[in-house]
Amino acid sequence: MQWKLDKDRAICPQICEQVCLRIALGEFAPGEKLLSVREVAVAAGVNPNTVQHSFEILEEKGILYSQRGSGWYAAEDISLAKDTLKKMIEEKTKAYFESMNALGLSVEETKKYVKNW
Amino acid sequence: MSELLCTKNLVKRYSSVVALNDVSITLTNGKIIGILGPNGSGKTTLIKLINGLLTADEGSITINGNTPGVESKKEVAYLPDNNYLNSYMTVKQIVDFFKDFYEDFREELAYEMLTKLGVSPEMKLKTLSKGNKEKVCLILTMSRNAKLYVLDEPIAGVDPAARDYVIRTIINNYNPEATVLISTHLISDIEQILDEVIFLKDGKVVLQKTVDEIRQEHQKSVDELFREVFRW
Repeated sequence: MQWKLDKDRAICPQICEQVCLRIALGEFAPGEKLLSVREVAVAAGVNPNTVQHSFEILEEKGILYSQRGSGWYAAEDISLAKDTLKKMIEEKTKAYFESMNALGLSVEETKKYVKNW
Repeated sequence: MSELLCTKNLVKRYSSVVALNDVSITLTNGKIIGILGPNGSGKTTLIKLINGLLTADEGSITINGNTPGVESKKEVAYLPDNNYLNSYMTVKQIVDFFKDFYEDFREELAYEMLTKLGVSPEMKLKTLSKGNKEKVCLILTMSRNAKLYVLDEPIAGVDPAARDYVIRTIINNYNPEATVLISTHLISDIEQILDEVIFLKDGKVVLQKTVDEIRQEHQKSVDELFREVFRW
């Protein structure tokens, strides 16, 4: 999976989302070791400090945990990561309806369109 | 976090032209910072002052407590915006040169990166392409174990794929204690790796903020904000 980041949104929450996504989709199993901060930084082309900060935020939320000297691990409980995934799906769906609205389709018309897709 | 670089009310004039006007910035360690500004905004002048290649008309600079000079140069790795190496030297000769010159030069690391780049030690600098020459200079600079890296336009002369190489080299070799100062006008390529940006306009600092602050406050990338601030 590629680290795809939007240019007009803050980087830190995007890294958090992407990590949650990977955990929720099973790329990292519960309790599995994650990539290191530097590996993520290089893969995503972002600042290691930002990645570190993102991991710390996720640790506070209970999505990751760290072990001194050995790195970062996905928490055993992946329900929080799944919540984030759900939120992302909701946002994308909302954005889709909004963009269809901009093209002149009402919510009902959009639903009908999707059904026939 | 301690102060690494501190400038106070810096003024630099070139006869009647004011290149820097009352520039006061403070940088702490462990950051990657971009100095952004259009051509002629004073980026290179500021960098030359930090490296002691120019002296300020007014104001002061301290780097880890020292004014620019022999002591500060031990801690600052500088990549100028033009090639300053003798192009008839081989890569090995230049590496040896750096080893003699800088106590903190990590020869093994330099060769490791040169090998990855596909540049052999026997090659003469003049036989390398412009892009590879720039990459070699970057490798040499990043091979020092400095406290402050000052990179003047490190991506200006290279193609987009090579820009990724430069960015990865910076991320890979930067140690979390050190600070990297990068000047550029190619913002969109580099903004993702910056912690903070400093906008220079006509020799003045018009903004110093973190990248995420800018994106949150303005709902746009640093590049877009830059285009707005510097629109004619």
